[in-house]
Amino acid sequence: MQPIYYNIPFVCIFLCMVGGITMPLQKSGKSALRTTVAICLSVFVLCGVLCGILYVRDESFVYKMGHFPAPWGNELYVGPLEALLSSLFALVMAMSIVGGKRTLYEDILPPKQPFYFTMLCMILASLLALSFTNDIFTGYVFIEISTLAACAIVMARDTEKTIAATIRYLVISLLGSGLFMIGIAMLYCITGHLLMPQLQERILQLNETQQYFIPLTVVCGLITIGMGIKSAMFPFYAWLPQAHGGATTTSSAVLSGLVLKGYIIFLIRIFYRVFTMDVVRSLHITNVFFAFGVAGMIIGSVMAMREEHIKRMLAYSSIAQIGYVFMGIGLGTEAGIIAAVFQIMSHAVTKPLLFLSAGRLSEIRHHEKSLYRLRGVAHRDITAGVCFTLGGLSMIGIPLLSGFTAKFFFAGATLASGSLKMWIALLALCVSSVLNALYYIPAILAIWSRPDKEYAEDLQKNPGFLVAGTVLAVGAVLLGTVSTPIIRVIQAGLSML
Amino acid sequence: MAAFLEKVISLRFEIAAAILFGIGFMNLLLQKNLIRKIVAFNVMDSSVFLLLASQGYIDGRVAPIVTDGIREASHYVNPIPAGLVLTGIVVSVSVSAFFLALVQRLYKHYHTVNFDEIMILAKEKVD
Amino acid sequence: MKKSIWKRFTEWVDGVAEEFEPEQLPQTQDKEKKHKTHSLDEQQRLRVFTIGYDIVAFIVGITVVAVLIFTIFQLPLFGCADNPAVNEVVQRYVENGLEETGAVNMVAGMILDYRAFDTFGESSVLFLAVTCVMMLLLRDKKNISKEEDIQQMHERIIEKESRDLILKNVTALIIPWIMLFGVYIVLNGHISPGGGFSGGAVMGAGLILYSAAYGVDATSRFFTRNTFRAITSTALLCYAASKAYSFFTGANGLPTGIPLGTPGAIFSSGLILVLDICVGMVVACTMYGFYILFAKGEF
Repeated sequence: MQPIYYNIPFVCIFLCMVGGITMPLQKSGKSALRTTVAICLSVFVLCGVLCGILYVRDESFVYKMGHFPAPWGNELYVGPLEALLSSLFALVMAMSIVGGKRTLYEDILPPKQPFYFTMLCMILASLLALSFTNDIFTGYVFIEISTLAACAIVMARDTEKTIAATIRYLVISLLGSGLFMIGIAMLYCITGHLLMPQLQERILQLNETQQYFIPLTVVCGLITIGMGIKSAMFPFYAWLPQAHGGATTTSSAVLSGLVLKGYIIFLIRIFYRVFTMDVVRSLHITNVFFAFGVAGMIIGSVMAMREEHIKRMLAYSSIAQIGYVFMGIGLGTEAGIIAAVFQIMSHAVTKPLLFLSAGRLSEIRHHEKSLYRLRGVAHRDITAGVCFTLGGLSMIGIPLLSGFTAKFFFAGATLASGSLKMWIALLALCVSSVLNALYYIPAILAIWSRPDKEYAEDLQKNPGFLVAGTVLAVGAVLLGTVSTPIIRVIQAGLSML
Repeated sequence: MAAFLEKVISLRFEIAAAILFGIGFMNLLLQKNLIRKIVAFNVMDSSVFLLLASQGYIDGRVAPIVTDGIREASHYVNPIPAGLVLTGIVVSVSVSAFFLALVQRLYKHYHTVNFDEIMILAKEKVD
Repeated sequence: MKKSIWKRFTEWVDGVAEEFEPEQLPQTQDKEKKHKTHSLDEQQRLRVFTIGYDIVAFIVGITVVAVLIFTIFQLPLFGCADNPAVNEVVQRYVENGLEETGAVNMVAGMILDYRAFDTFGESSVLFLAVTCVMMLLLRDKKNISKEEDIQQMHERIIEKESRDLILKNVTALIIPWIMLFGVYIVLNGHISPGGGFSGGAVMGAGLILYSAAYGVDATSRFFTRNTFRAITSTALLCYAASKAYSFFTGANGLPTGIPLGTPGAIFSSGLILVLDICVGMVVACTMYGFYILFAKGEF
């Protein structure tokens, strides 16, 4: 008989999926919202407890999904890192829903609101499954769930523009999943397994004998590109600004903060548990990551500078921040990946904070989105203004905030790596920080400066945002100040992978 | 040369799958007509199913359903690719339906299924 | 008029964008003119972009095909018995499948028992897709137009007046058999080729045929949106409950207490039959739901 807490991941995934299935039966959007938030918060608590237990006991475990052990049945693999990330994802999801509640009720018609919450539950389920699964084909199925649900929350606003953006997003996602699927089909052909530990064993054998060397390289490339397309790696980002910028506030926060991260976590787990970092390094995949990551950091920021629409600006900034993550993975060292995982967490907290406060600020001006027309709006809702400022400063990298800590770890990781990569990475970090400042500071100044004319305003209070903004802002500060225990958990988790 | 041709013939299904994947991939990228994009997506997915099914086939063996009480593994083909293809088919049906619904909505509004025209029309409307 | 660099910098810091000035102008005529030239420019840019995109996409596509074909020459040969994919996993599925799952059809045993979590995800994908389509196509004030209403009314009238005699009678003749065949495929999923997905698709096709021949009003007498919601949600919840039970007992090493029965009989193979029925109901409802949503936008 195994300990009872081993059941937590399975319970969490099923809770979300069953919640999603029952959501259309809910009478109104309000009750669906309450149920979803309750599910998210219980997942947060359960995974948080699990993370604590696993970290203290320094263990990780495999959970059989059914009666059959490894090469025959599906399995989950859970360590402290996965539990920590899932807990954070669930909290951010809950806060995004609470914070964007009012806009959501306005943007989506009442009879369709329960469907929207089905999608959110399924996204959380797929995030959990992608971080827990030990089976590469289960990963594919949940990637598809995540794709469909993500497209659905983009088009939930139901205007022609968001539908056109959804089609673009869907086409690019389908290309990505097609490449991923043919990748795992070939991987199955040359190894005969679908579960990660057995795959790793076979791949190490193949790598030693150099048998099937070309298919192995191609498979690694196909899986990487497939996941890269879905998580908006540098050359494949064209779909992101329209999709993230046009959606309703909650959707933007969830998409930018969480959905992109699920794919990256899955990719990191594939690298560690299937291909092993040594093989990935010897196939030079890391160098490709490094180049694309650095390019993304610069190009994303340059595009954001040219943008006037506040939400699209934040969406472009996501491309730059994802670039940091890929650069960290591309360094190929333990420290680089720790920094990348920390950046994932930092961005998962900060970007929803920015999107929610931008949504709240534009709500006051009757959904004006251009920075010019949002001048001085921060005086109308001080909390939203402070939250936006905190988020922006964190992105730039002001000490005591999470963004600075992430950049600090990146710098540490680059200093420890090779000579050429070190110089390029340090230069890119500096340039990208300056570029971040060049668009976040004007935006912050604009919302605090004096408006040149009077605008019609809607000064109704929004308590939901107050709660969500405070929690996320505190989270950003906590990540920035008390980073040592989190880094330790990440380190412990990665060493067990 | 003869050895090469022999290999081509023995791998004919896999090669066909690769070509079909390319056709689907390119059309998904290049077609302006959204309905054709959906067809291209289905071609692309079917090619993956062809690859899987052909790798699961073993000469001279029968479908994996126990008949006449024969239980040796050497009597049946590999059942795993069949299961994977089943899952894949359901996913591609679902995605096609969703895609078609999106296209229907856009068509109702813009009266065209050409994506370039839709983008131009959408840009003209000020956000 | 040239602005000083400092002034431009301060304006930029303030967030004053030059592109926004034309929109502030009150004269509509001028605005329209500007708007037009702007859109022409945009079209030209879009054209250049499209050509560039086409070329890049073409090169990418050719590269993908070349790489894939090159890779395929290195893959294991077609039809060989000693390929890496034929290993101990397949051996256990084939040789012990009958005792462990009770299913004669090994594929059914594999997807519904050995690798059941994947299949649960896959049914959820189907459920998600139908929910997405409902979000898009259910008629509400955002996607309703007058012409469409008139067109639908015409269609209803035509439907009522001119029922095709041959279609109606032939449908009445074959519908019971189609349904029976669907039920047969679902119930025999663990014994013979078939299962929930294929049987459900057959039953869905039967429903679609019925509503095409007799009109939507005839179908909506027994199949409304509430029926649809109740059936899909109940079937999926039943699926989730039985799978949760089997996962929980399996992982914690508890006995399931579900007899597997004699292989080959209808009531055998434990939960697989239940799961097949659930999946069959979900698929049948989903197929009909897709049809009716695309055709009418409502139940």
